Amino acid sequence: MSEIDAETARRVAKLARIAVPEERLAPLAEEFGRILGFVEQLNEVDVEGVEPMTGVTPMRLKRREDVVTSGGMPDRILKNAPEAREGFFAVPKVVE
Amino acid sequence: MLDLTYPAPAPKVIQGAKEDWELVIGLEVHAQVASKAKLFSGASTAFGAEPNSNVSFVDAAMPGMLPVINEFCVEQAVRTGLGLKAEINLASAFDRKNYFYPDLPQGYQISQLYHPIVGEGEVLVEMGDGTARTVRIERIHLEQDAGKSIHDMDPTLSFVDLNRTGVALMEIVSRPDIRGPEEAAAYVAKLRQIMRYLGTCDGNMQNGNLRADVNVSVCRPGDYERYQETQEFSHLGTRCEIKNMNSLRFIQAAIEHEARRQIAILEDGGAVVQETRLYDPNRGETRSMRSKEEAHDYRYFPDPDLLPLEIEQGWVDAIASALPELPDEKKARLMAEYGIKDYDASVLTADAESAAFFEAVAKGRDGKQAANWVINDLFGRLKADETALADSPVSAAQLGGILDLIGSDKISGKIAKELFEIVWTEGGDPASIVDERGMAQVTDTGAIDAALDEIIAANPAQVEKAGTNPKLAGWFVGQVMKATGGKANPKAVNEAVRRKLA
Repeated sequence: MSEIDAETARRVAKLARIAVPEERLAPLAEEFGRILGFVEQLNEVDVEGVEPMTGVTPMRLKRREDVVTSGGMPDRILKNAPEAREGFFAVPKVVE
Repeated sequence: MLDLTYPAPAPKVIQGAKEDWELVIGLEVHAQVASKAKLFSGASTAFGAEPNSNVSFVDAAMPGMLPVINEFCVEQAVRTGLGLKAEINLASAFDRKNYFYPDLPQGYQISQLYHPIVGEGEVLVEMGDGTARTVRIERIHLEQDAGKSIHDMDPTLSFVDLNRTGVALMEIVSRPDIRGPEEAAAYVAKLRQIMRYLGTCDGNMQNGNLRADVNVSVCRPGDYERYQETQEFSHLGTRCEIKNMNSLRFIQAAIEHEARRQIAILEDGGAVVQETRLYDPNRGETRSMRSKEEAHDYRYFPDPDLLPLEIEQGWVDAIASALPELPDEKKARLMAEYGIKDYDASVLTADAESAAFFEAVAKGRDGKQAANWVINDLFGRLKADETALADSPVSAAQLGGILDLIGSDKISGKIAKELFEIVWTEGGDPASIVDERGMAQVTDTGAIDAALDEIIAANPAQVEKAGTNPKLAGWFVGQVMKATGGKANPKAVNEAVRRKLA
């Protein structure tokens, strides 16, 4: 199985926007490794031809009609924004 | 079933400094579903609303809000799939594509990576010169659109509008079967035409309701054929993806430029780096999107908020049986039923409204003549006046009435054009106008003979010359037409001239 090193842990943390102090990276990598090890163990079970189970009760995905039932409340949508201008969320400049 | 068959167009060849190169192009077209509400929320999809007013708490990703799928959007994806002769997957599922950007409040886009709702299909892309490319469709999946960021309203801030966030998109992915910039534009135009027939996407590119990401690579002649034989991508060059273009013209220009850029690199002994690029229409070039090293790690996983989407074959069959006649079938039928030319049939089937108008005019009449009048006179006039067909001052019944008057020899073709102008500007029933204004052509041989006799009497020299030069008969016909104000039946005049000068 693939070893998780501190560098991989750093990358995963960065992708998830989670700040991990340098000294926590190695222990985190080890934890990841244990989790993956457990998943590998599950992989040993032969599930050839078995439908993946997506829930414990048979349920159909709930659907909605094509009707407008929400919106028209920009003030409430923007209420928690750290900054808003002229009806927009205002965020630190992002440019491609 | 009527079929259209055409030879494939020749691939575009670009001459580099050293050798010839061919292009290989695949497209990902994002088509906004023509729904009232969003894919997973009840907020409106209306274009041009005040910022952040078409946003529900689901779209804003407020904690605890859960997505509930809009069944109409699912139906439109199925309809589009059926329209592209594609396989419909009765079981599909939604995945999360994770990335951070201010216009994506969830921190992920709900999409269908592993189990798309529509599988393989195909599109016939006609090039208008008697050739057509069959482009294979790999898949269509449903996904959420992101919001809109505006970078030029403040020097230090970007402004975000979430109105678009969560709007349903159908991403239509083609195989790399497209071989030139014109083919790429024609492919997008054909998809737009089919979706407009189906009513699944309004195809408004200006509003961003139809956008394309284009994958471009170049190869040496012969490589592409090896790829098609083996389906091994190793025969093809490294590709670059040009993102988010919303104009057919830009798509063509961007592909052309990108191919030349890659050729220059390769001929210089370099290697093309697989990357995402943006087309800058002002400079007419593509440039690299400053890509972070981890930009492409989306860490897809099944969305735990959504059960798999299971649809029933009976439902799909019901949608299939209610599909309208699509462009290819309609075109083939019009050609067979009305005996019109391929080109005319293409023009008339550009949209369903034009075809319906034509059929209303052509039914029970001469199809070719109807096609000529609809395309040249009506469409020509509509275009000159920048008027939509729906607002045409001349109805199909009125134009049909004009054709009937020509068909019964009541008016000549020349008078018919005048009559068309009158109906265009004043309206009214063509037959009544002809009667009221004395526009009917003179078929009364007595009147024609009388006019001709006068002309013969007044021009003895011409009569004499006509004896040796039969071409002069035309001059006499012209004089009679002039004397009768253009209303004499040309056939009757010709006969009279032949008879009298013989």
